[in-house]
Amino acid sequence: MTDVAVEDYAALVRDDRVHTSLYRDAAIFEAEMDRIFKNSWVWVAHASEIADRNSYKTSYVGRQPVIVTRDKDGQVHVLLNRCRHRAASICEARKGKSSVFVCPYHGWSYNVDGSLRKVPYAEGYRDDFDKAEFSLVSLRTEDYNGMIFATFREDIQPLAEYLGPARKWIDLFMKQGAGFGVKALGEHRFRFPGNWKIQLENTTDAYHFPIVHKTFLSSLDEETENLMDVLGQGGWVEDLGNGHSVMVMIPDLIDLEDNLHAPIPERFADLAAELAAEGHADDQVRRIVRAVGGSGFNLNLFPNVACSMAFFRVLRPISVEETEIQHIAIGMDGGPEAGNRMRMRLHEHFQGPMGFGTPDDAEGWERVQRGAQAGDDLWIMLNRGVEAPEGRAAPGHNAGDVSAETGMRAAYQMWKRMMAV
Amino acid sequence: MTTLTETRNPASADLAPIGLVEAQAFVWAEAELLDRHDYLPWLALWTEDGRYIIPIERDADDYAAVLNIAYDDGEMREARVKRLRSGFSMSSAPPARTVRTVSRFVVETSEPGALVLRAAQIIVEYKYTRTRTLAADVTYRLVREGERLLLDRKVVTLINSDDTLHGIGYLF
Ligand code: FES
Ligand SMILES: [Fe+2]
Repeated sequence: MTDVAVEDYAALVRDDRVHTSLYRDAAIFEAEMDRIFKNSWVWVAHASEIADRNSYKTSYVGRQPVIVTRDKDGQVHVLLNRCRHRAASICEARKGKSSVFVCPYHGWSYNVDGSLRKVPYAEGYRDDFDKAEFSLVSLRTEDYNGMIFATFREDIQPLAEYLGPARKWIDLFMKQGAGFGVKALGEHRFRFPGNWKIQLENTTDAYHFPIVHKTFLSSLDEETENLMDVLGQGGWVEDLGNGHSVMVMIPDLIDLEDNLHAPIPERFADLAAELAAEGHADDQVRRIVRAVGGSGFNLNLFPNVACSMAFFRVLRPISVEETEIQHIAIGMDGGPEAGNRMRMRLHEHFQGPMGFGTPDDAEGWERVQRGAQAGDDLWIMLNRGVEAPEGRAAPGHNAGDVSAETGMRAAYQMWKRMMAV
Repeated sequence: MTTLTETRNPASADLAPIGLVEAQAFVWAEAELLDRHDYLPWLALWTEDGRYIIPIERDADDYAAVLNIAYDDGEMREARVKRLRSGFSMSSAPPARTVRTVSRFVVETSEPGALVLRAAQIIVEYKYTRTRTLAADVTYRLVREGERLLLDRKVVTLINSDDTLHGIGYLF
């Protein structure tokens, strides 16, 4: 399956399965970088990562390195990280603050909005050299509730429209700011030798949770272990259109401003006491504690980001069989330090290269890629829960039981739409 | 490294200082336990308040205030060892094989019954036909308790701690 004809891409995605070549065909990967990552809204940053004027972070849109900057008027720019002279990268720091980017090779300097500011020894150029022609390439950029996306396309629908019903879930997710706003607290970065869509699928895969994360579950106190029984609480998966989906695992934790008078879980008792001792009123203590516990759902946004329970999960395709993942911890922007510390300890517990969850996920994804080398005409099955279980009213449009592979089917239908052009 | 003195110091003035040779013997024995994945005796090497820290940030003043790869108190260490020994964690059953050396020892501070030691650690890991090398600066705080030494703090700063890593199913 190394030379699938372009016009055959649609045939590789059926309603309930996708062809294995989607994981291992380098030509398909090349086409994806073009047709998907250069044609849709791609997540590049959370607003809190570039909170200050003249702050920046480096990121990627597909395989193209970009700098995400905030100028002195607060406006965000997403600039290709490539000098307009002879291509040197302008910035290699992961994040920082600067009012100017100077190319290290011949010293061309750029403003944070990408405009070319100065060229050394300018007398070597003809008189008609026009600096305006050599700005850093600036991508169209829009944000929704702090989630910053960029696209190479000027003519696709606005971000808000692209997100559609996913916006409601982003708003719910951001309630983890407990009224202070959401702030990125740090991140884990790791790679696994496997295709990016394996990770995309995983964020909407409740089925694996009790199996792969058995050792995480057994490291929890009983109350929390019961809470994390994600298959047993009447959750569901809903196709939100455009490849996006939401998987609700803990329905009680959809809206963190509801049920504020429920008893405070044992594991948050010390935090609640500390917040009360700091002088927070009971209502506020409850609101913060509930926010610290995180949301009860994973929102998968096609193609590269998820709002996953208590963190952002960002994927970056490196090659057909290599993917980089960031797990960005989030907390309250300006909220009580004790709450954010607890968030970080909870994040470390599951996430990252030595978390109790991530290494097992990464191993599972690697095993998928390794196994997918076998069999030339086999399919990846996505037929779990094609119909809502008997006796359960589907709670929303195209919804299925929480372990249904509905979210994966939604993503692959979007893949098909974008690839079969 | 003022951070190393944050934890309770069980040393008292009548305890003998810890010599470099004694400290090295302890560190090498610990390294061998970890290479053998012999985690129960490793748990017993720690003081009650000991902290096992794998940072992301290379120069944090207070690791508790930032996100780390691991920030373990005694309870988390125990939970971690339970997980690694359970046989149910895909990434550690089987674990990668590791061989490590610890060297380039420098005494940072020495006081009666307590020693802060800096060292270099090189680990070679192997799994699924793939061999990787990981380097780290390690800072140990050792304390004397009766006849034996205990680990009161261990900070393992990987050379690429703030860059892309991979799933790790063993201990540093
Ligand atoms: S390549 Fe940037 S100034 Fe020459
Ligand atoms: Fe998982």
